[in-house]
Amino acid sequence: MVPTSYYVLLSAILFTIGVLGVLLRRNAIVIFMAVELMLNAANLALVAFARERLGVEAQVIVFFVITVAAAEVAVGLALLVAIFRTKRTADVDEVSTLKG
Amino acid sequence: MELILFLITALIAIVGAVAMLVSRNAVHSALFLLLNFAAIAVLFLLLQAPFLFTIQLTVYAGAIMVLFLFVVMLLGAEKVEDTPDRIAWQQPLALLLGLALLVVSVVVGLGGATNPPPESEALIQFSDPRTLGALLFTDYLLPFEVTGFILLIAVIGVVVLNQRGRKI
Repeated sequence: MVPTSYYVLLSAILFTIGVLGVLLRRNAIVIFMAVELMLNAANLALVAFARERLGVEAQVIVFFVITVAAAEVAVGLALLVAIFRTKRTADVDEVSTLKG
Repeated sequence: MELILFLITALIAIVGAVAMLVSRNAVHSALFLLLNFAAIAVLFLLLQAPFLFTIQLTVYAGAIMVLFLFVVMLLGAEKVEDTPDRIAWQQPLALLLGLALLVVSVVVGLGGATNPPPESEALIQFSDPRTLGALLFTDYLLPFEVTGFILLIAVIGVVVLNQRGRKI
């Protein structure tokens, strides 16, 4: 039997790697992937706690999170394609038109 | 036995995540993220959630990663970070803040966690997809409908964003 704390520890590590990915990388697509990694880490912690308390509701919530993540990926990648068509780059440093 | 399986899968997940973070090529990043998603799917199975295992594999490892790879290859944006970072102090600060976040989340997360209950009737009900489905179509019917609406809006948004010959 694996203690819940091990899953929480793994989830924390994965979430931190995701945060570092957003902070360190400049390729917009890789930043987006890191966001997905964070969503997955949160899902993992949620399911681990659900397993401890035997709550099926958490599984429903994870199901919703995955569905919304799919919608978010579709819109986000469409935005990236639109940015790439006007700016010819996926580097977030180059997309600073709104900067004063 | 279960602990060994967990440790191996956790190691694969962390290696996949770190490799995604450090690889310079976006296609490699996507493939390492795929490895990470598959490892998390196996962890869902270890947590007695077989339905989420299936969803994770089909939606995340299947649909979402294919979309990522498709866009990376369509744009040809594999390598964009050849120039050095414009803000020099950003990287060390990010590492420091990341470490702080890790410490805080570990301390908070380990606070309330205990051992999961052993095999029982409730666990069998927990892992049964039928329970999940019944809950989804009774108590959570309205959120379920709303997610369907969100997906519809996402489809419309994608079509609008990628219209040709019109400035957004």
